[in-house]
Amino acid sequence: MEKALLFITVIGEDKKGIVAKISSFLYKKEINIEDINQRIMGDGYFVMTMLVDIKNATIPMEKITRELEKIGKSLELKVQLQHENIFKMMHRV
Amino acid sequence: MTISVEEVYETASMTLYQNLDIRTTTLGINLKDCIDSDFKTFKKKVYDKVFTHAVKLVEKARTLEMKYGIPIANKRISITPVSLIMETHCTKNKFIEMAKTLDQAAADAGIDFVGGFGAMVQKGLTKSDRMLIDVLPDVLSQTDRVCSFLNVGSNVAGLNLDAVNLLGGMLKQTAGKSKNAIGCAKFVVFVNAPEDNPFMAGAFHGVGEGDITLNVGISGPGVVKAVVAQNRECDLTQLSEVIKRTVFKITRAGELVGRELAAALNIPFGIVDISLASTTAAGDSVANVIEAFGIEKIGAHGSTLAVALLMDAVKKGGAMASGNVGGLSGTFIPVSEDEGMIDAVQKGALGLDKLEALTAVCSVGLDMFAIPGDVPEETINAIIADELAIGIINNKTTAVRVIPVPGKKAGSLVKFGGLLGTAPVMAVNPFSAKDFLKRGGRMPAPVTSMRN
Repeated sequence: MEKALLFITVIGEDKKGIVAKISSFLYKKEINIEDINQRIMGDGYFVMTMLVDIKNATIPMEKITRELEKIGKSLELKVQLQHENIFKMMHRV
Repeated sequence: MTISVEEVYETASMTLYQNLDIRTTTLGINLKDCIDSDFKTFKKKVYDKVFTHAVKLVEKARTLEMKYGIPIANKRISITPVSLIMETHCTKNKFIEMAKTLDQAAADAGIDFVGGFGAMVQKGLTKSDRMLIDVLPDVLSQTDRVCSFLNVGSNVAGLNLDAVNLLGGMLKQTAGKSKNAIGCAKFVVFVNAPEDNPFMAGAFHGVGEGDITLNVGISGPGVVKAVVAQNRECDLTQLSEVIKRTVFKITRAGELVGRELAAALNIPFGIVDISLASTTAAGDSVANVIEAFGIEKIGAHGSTLAVALLMDAVKKGGAMASGNVGGLSGTFIPVSEDEGMIDAVQKGALGLDKLEALTAVCSVGLDMFAIPGDVPEETINAIIADELAIGIINNKTTAVRVIPVPGKKAGSLVKFGGLLGTAPVMAVNPFSAKDFLKRGGRMPAPVTSMRN
């Protein structure tokens, strides 16, 4: 089956446990992390992006979004899940 | 292909912090095949066709919102101009019944507006066109979701002043019949109306269109404002360049969502309309973009240049991003829906005269502005005629959505609520053009129309 690649974006203040919490959630739901990056932006925000493959996920995308939002709330961070096509369309000609 | 953290952050910030959304996905539906000599059957066919497609639109749009994390703010329907399909059922009651049928179909399907209860009358009025105008005060006050338009002129037809002369009276009646004159917010009068415009209240499914098509309107004043604010020191060429780049990106997002939605609905994809359109949400204001250029308040001298630069950059970015750019594509400057515009009117920076000047370089026209209820109908006609003349002479679409509010004087404030916002009542020139407009007839098409 073809991969279903999505980006998880985490924005906010850097703190302990961000990667741990999100990756353990992804592991439990059989979502594979393909790539992971993080940076402090010019405007001071901590930003982490994860490219994940949800083709074998045990829950539907809607539920993944909701769960990630919950994790984001508990860490006081913004978490967003978006299909990779949107980034390809916007940033590549 | 890797996408950098910066690029992911830029896109995510647009939706999280800068109000980027797909402003509307509008399904254009041909209703000519619903016409039936039996009116009951006719209505049923209209209801069924609109409802069936609208339900699917709402459902599929929701899936895509989730997939791309971009909200699709509105799901809407545009239809064949109603006067056309009602030619053989030309009675007042039947027109009202048809409007209520459309209203019901939209409500049942969870659609907020259905556009196209209108007519193309740039050259003249048929019996059905005339009846449609006569019933508008009832239709606009008795339905919630039905939007109406008239196209009263074009580059090649000139301006039908006889049609314009019917509108002041119609609008005053509509205002009198609906709370806070809100019915008037659902009516737009155009010249050079695009047949694939997805934005309400002026959307309709033109007669040159296919059976069904999906048009997408993408907006993002908040996104453009953010990029302008990050580039405070650059000159106008560079400013245009950064706006173009940003608009390119958001248009591509619109194109992606539009194409996937059309494919999911198994219908042809129509156009992307890239229009900076304000909403009442804080920060989602075109006036704020202009002010980020370095203008103290929109309406100040210099604003026309600023709007012209913005509008041109938006069009260029959009044109590069998609081969399907259409509709109005540019910048809307409605008063009541834009917190910056409201503030500018209240502080005395922006009056009706400057607003008219700005519309010569923006993409639509005098939009969502309130005037005192006691303005004579001839003066309303004159306001409309002036604005439409700008469109005809300059080969562009212009339109008017004016709300004469009964009992209100210039300076007071009218709250419409929801998407329609709050309108400061604007002062109108007290002198009259009555005798000029009384001449009626048609302003001939401009010499620029003779290109053949």
